[in-house]
Amino acid sequence: MALVKIQNLTRLFDVSKPWLNRMIERREKAFLTAVSDVDFQVDERSTYALVGESGSGKSTIGRMLVGLLPPTKGTVEIDGIDLANETDDAKIDKIRADIQMIFQDPFASLNPRWRVRDIIVEPVAARGGNTDGLAEKLLEQVGLSVMDAGKFPHEFSGGQRQRICIARALASEPRLIVCDEPTSALDVSVQAQVLNLMSDLKDNFGLTYVLISHDLTVVRHMADRIGVLYLGRLVEEADPQDLFESPKHPYTKMLLEAAPRMDGFGREVTPPDGEIPDPINPPSGCAFHPRCPVAEDICKRDRPAMRALGGARVACHLAD
Amino acid sequence: MVEPVLSLRNLSVEIPTRHGIVKPVDGVSYDIGAGEILGVVGESGAGKSMAGNAVIGLLNPPAHIAAGEIWLKGSRIDNLTGEAMRRLRGKEIGMVFQDPLTSLNPLLRIGDQLVETMLTHLDISQSDAEKRAVSALEEVGIPGAAERVNSYPHEFSGGMRQRVVIALALCAEPSLIIADEPTTALDVSVQAQIIALLRRLCRERGTAVMLITHDMGVIAEATDRMAVMYAGRLAELGPVRDVLSHPQHPYTHGLMASTPLASAGKSRLHQIPGAMPRLDSVPEGCAFNPRCPYTTEKCRQAPAPRPESTSAACWYPLAREKAS
Repeated sequence: MALVKIQNLTRLFDVSKPWLNRMIERREKAFLTAVSDVDFQVDERSTYALVGESGSGKSTIGRMLVGLLPPTKGTVEIDGIDLANETDDAKIDKIRADIQMIFQDPFASLNPRWRVRDIIVEPVAARGGNTDGLAEKLLEQVGLSVMDAGKFPHEFSGGQRQRICIARALASEPRLIVCDEPTSALDVSVQAQVLNLMSDLKDNFGLTYVLISHDLTVVRHMADRIGVLYLGRLVEEADPQDLFESPKHPYTKMLLEAAPRMDGFGREVTPPDGEIPDPINPPSGCAFHPRCPVAEDICKRDRPAMRALGGARVACHLAD
Repeated sequence: MVEPVLSLRNLSVEIPTRHGIVKPVDGVSYDIGAGEILGVVGESGAGKSMAGNAVIGLLNPPAHIAAGEIWLKGSRIDNLTGEAMRRLRGKEIGMVFQDPLTSLNPLLRIGDQLVETMLTHLDISQSDAEKRAVSALEEVGIPGAAERVNSYPHEFSGGMRQRVVIALALCAEPSLIIADEPTTALDVSVQAQIIALLRRLCRERGTAVMLITHDMGVIAEATDRMAVMYAGRLAELGPVRDVLSHPQHPYTHGLMASTPLASAGKSRLHQIPGAMPRLDSVPEGCAFNPRCPYTTEKCRQAPAPRPESTSAACWYPLAREKAS
């Protein structure tokens, strides 16, 4: 069953100059399209990963998922409830408790003046719940000591702080956790510990993860389904096995080819041309066509629709 | 090997603190030859950047070189005065830092920054320097170099900025480049471009490169030899193919196994128990002994001998077949 259902999700940001400058310089308003017509579903108890380079809109989608940003167009439905348009407060209240988020930087996402106990129980305390012994129980579940509850965040290392963030996300017994680059700030060996912890918790509590990452190796290890984003558009969606062994979209192919490999000793790769285009004036048709090695006229003209191809979905005119 | 470009001999860096002296770099020795890329890996706090900073004389006091020697092209440079080191820096040693935005002056056109560097270190005229600035930008693959030379750093994208920094590091034709996490702030596709660029320039000019990174994939693809650091000490040193495919030090082995890449298809990642010790509490003997599965009494008493050319600093190096 799909826990999260995203349809035609679009988000624009107003990047216009101030009104007076626009009047004097006779400029139009300018909009940056961070997310454009994205559709996908996340099954309950699965891990859905969003990958893409910087500026591909993956974090913006994550923020819209948890309700930190309203969508410009389209809907985000979690368990059948659209947070942006639902009017029944009781329903909103119930579903909010089911959603939590883990951020990239464990140094910036913990209040330095609060004790760990207060940080962890805050999602429950804010709603007036019973917090007796909760912090201690959660600390043990994420592999820290009960004694740590009285300490301050600065007394912990990066990996331990990320464990505290995970404990806080678990406090309200959520069903969905959006993890925005949870291990990007951590060293490899610490990353392994945190990823293993996330896998264990998922099994124990029946969690659903939306994992946002730029690291293809992490995504391959963790995800049940992967969506690849380019310039705010979903270009391919597939199971990890299919995506890594037979990528369909030329962008996915380029990304996999460019990623460094452990066994790629002295590998001579032809590095990809160009960089991500300007999202304020995206290219016509398929956003990838200026860098695509197989682009044809139709790619410049029409934006490809998402279509099913085997077990995958791909937005490319030419993929087969 | 002919005389190496850079040679570190038993280098130690010390920082006096209120709680005693800590050693972020402890007895590290390695060489880099001309045209060779040496990868230095390790986790945060392993001392890999500190060793690079010691070479270029940019240690922040109170950190200082406490023992050992640094030789550059046959002359000793760790005991130079500030002024002599300043002449060397930029001329003989180029530096590429992680964040390309903070290593460029935002108020100067990039052409002026290149010209200033060349006028300081090379004996050429202003107009020659301007011509060479354009060709330097062309060489690192910046399209429209003749016009772009008059742009400011903020007008470039992250990848292009890092190319400018590399051009800046190379313009005085140094014999050694220290690249400290040069691609960490960049996207995968841009990272591939920068790595290819570094390798090409290194091959064409015979520049020695010390590539400091924590990304094993980058090390595998870009470097010839690699050094693994742990708690300020050299754990393993050798040709990159040997070290990555058949690590001999238990730490290197654990580190490799914990990357999601190596665990492909497994449900859990390999974990090394515990964390790297803080520098003020490095254990007696081998620094890795509390986390090592093969520890014996010997490991707790004395650190293992430091690696010569291809071995690990371990009393019980993993046998080739056991490691693979």
